[in-house]
Amino acid sequence: MTDQPTAFERFVQGILPENPVFRQLLGLCPTLAVTNGMKPALTMACSVAFVLLCANIVISLIRNLLKPHLRIVVFTLTIAAFVTIADRFLAAYFFQMSKTLGPYIPLIIVNCLIICRCEVCASKQSVFTAASDAMGQAIGFGLALSSIAAVREILGTGMFFGIRVLPENWPDWVIMVLPPGAFLTLGLLLGLVNWIELIKSRRAS
Amino acid sequence: MIYFIDIMLIALTAALINNFVLYYFVGICPFVGVSRKVEMAFGMGMAVTFVISIAAFISWSITTMVLIPGAPLSSFVAGFFLPKEMAANIDLTILSYIVYIFSIASAVQFVEMYVRKFFPMLYSSFGVFLPLITTNCAILFACLTIMSHVVGVENPKDMWDLGRALTLAFFGGIGFTIAIVIMSGIREELELCDIPEPFQGAAITLIIGGILAIAFMGFTGVDSGIRDLLLPETPSQVSAMIQKQPQFSENIISSIEIFGIHMEIQ
Repeated sequence: MTDQPTAFERFVQGILPENPVFRQLLGLCPTLAVTNGMKPALTMACSVAFVLLCANIVISLIRNLLKPHLRIVVFTLTIAAFVTIADRFLAAYFFQMSKTLGPYIPLIIVNCLIICRCEVCASKQSVFTAASDAMGQAIGFGLALSSIAAVREILGTGMFFGIRVLPENWPDWVIMVLPPGAFLTLGLLLGLVNWIELIKSRRAS
Repeated sequence: MIYFIDIMLIALTAALINNFVLYYFVGICPFVGVSRKVEMAFGMGMAVTFVISIAAFISWSITTMVLIPGAPLSSFVAGFFLPKEMAANIDLTILSYIVYIFSIASAVQFVEMYVRKFFPMLYSSFGVFLPLITTNCAILFACLTIMSHVVGVENPKDMWDLGRALTLAFFGGIGFTIAIVIMSGIREELELCDIPEPFQGAAITLIIGGILAIAFMGFTGVDSGIRDLLLPETPSQVSAMIQKQPQFSENIISSIEIFGIHMEIQ
């Protein structure tokens, strides 16, 4: 396995160069749905991080037992088990947050990000590499989620984590915390990231 | 009559008002990925509608027969090796996510084999999309919505029957088809436009999706309006989804201020 990236490379790649949301366009469903405030966004990022880490470790441990045609089923069932744990934990200790997030916690099961990481990294590499890959991807996902949530919460309500940051007479752009705002914010941020990449590559050449 | 109106309102809500793609953001991956050509988008939408109805049927049956406390099948099986009063209340809802995703995956496999064997024409039109659908959030989302109306409902009268569950799933699929076909129509025209380079591809698709979502917000409140028109005397207890999941509804309740412009809804 000489051509596979090392653990550290995997970790660094996940944060910005292969950011799951902005570069790979994976896991868009929770990205759009729960980013109307910082608190739900961070809860979602933590849940995804937990599920991704556990699923990657388990898949990496059993990677030599996997049959090629059954691997997707094994991935999904492993993820579903850990999502059930995360969902019950949230319902027990953060009941209000679990009500707010509603069906989006169970929808982590079909988040393409986790299946993609199991397929690309965990089913091929050792436990340590898989775990560091999961950490990197989870941090990248959390960064993406919190950047979108920050824009939407500040413009939509004038608050950040429930603390007022914009002046009182700020006309709340309610559209930003409603569903259309999610599409607009992600589209514009995606354009911004692409623009920065373009300038960088032009400068390099 | 009330049942018929309820079904009609669920259909309207699922297809237009709380559109799966533009309101709940499920099924965004095909919405961005497969919406380049109108024919492909229509095929994908039909395949999703087909699978979502089957998955709703399976998940409703499993939920009521096996998962909920006191379900007939699970209490019958548990009756062999548990005391009677424990067996009657056995609660398997904690397994629901695993059961749903497993039943969706197997349903997709069987549907693919069946369609390939008996309807080769149909298979050539949407068969290629079937394996992709397993990881489409829309299917699991429909199952979870149905579950939230069956599990933990206080009043047994409010519990959804099979008709309501199938209506939600089928019209949710229709709503998905509407959204993705509109999107692909716009994107076909967009091929002729001069888009700034950083916005090409997914970015402009998402921005158009945002504008479409603003347009679909115009349907907000249509369901309660129709209900008040048809049933003016009964108090509003419609099982529309907007009342069940108050995620955004506190902002929509009476009025919406968009960029300082005051809009009265209702």
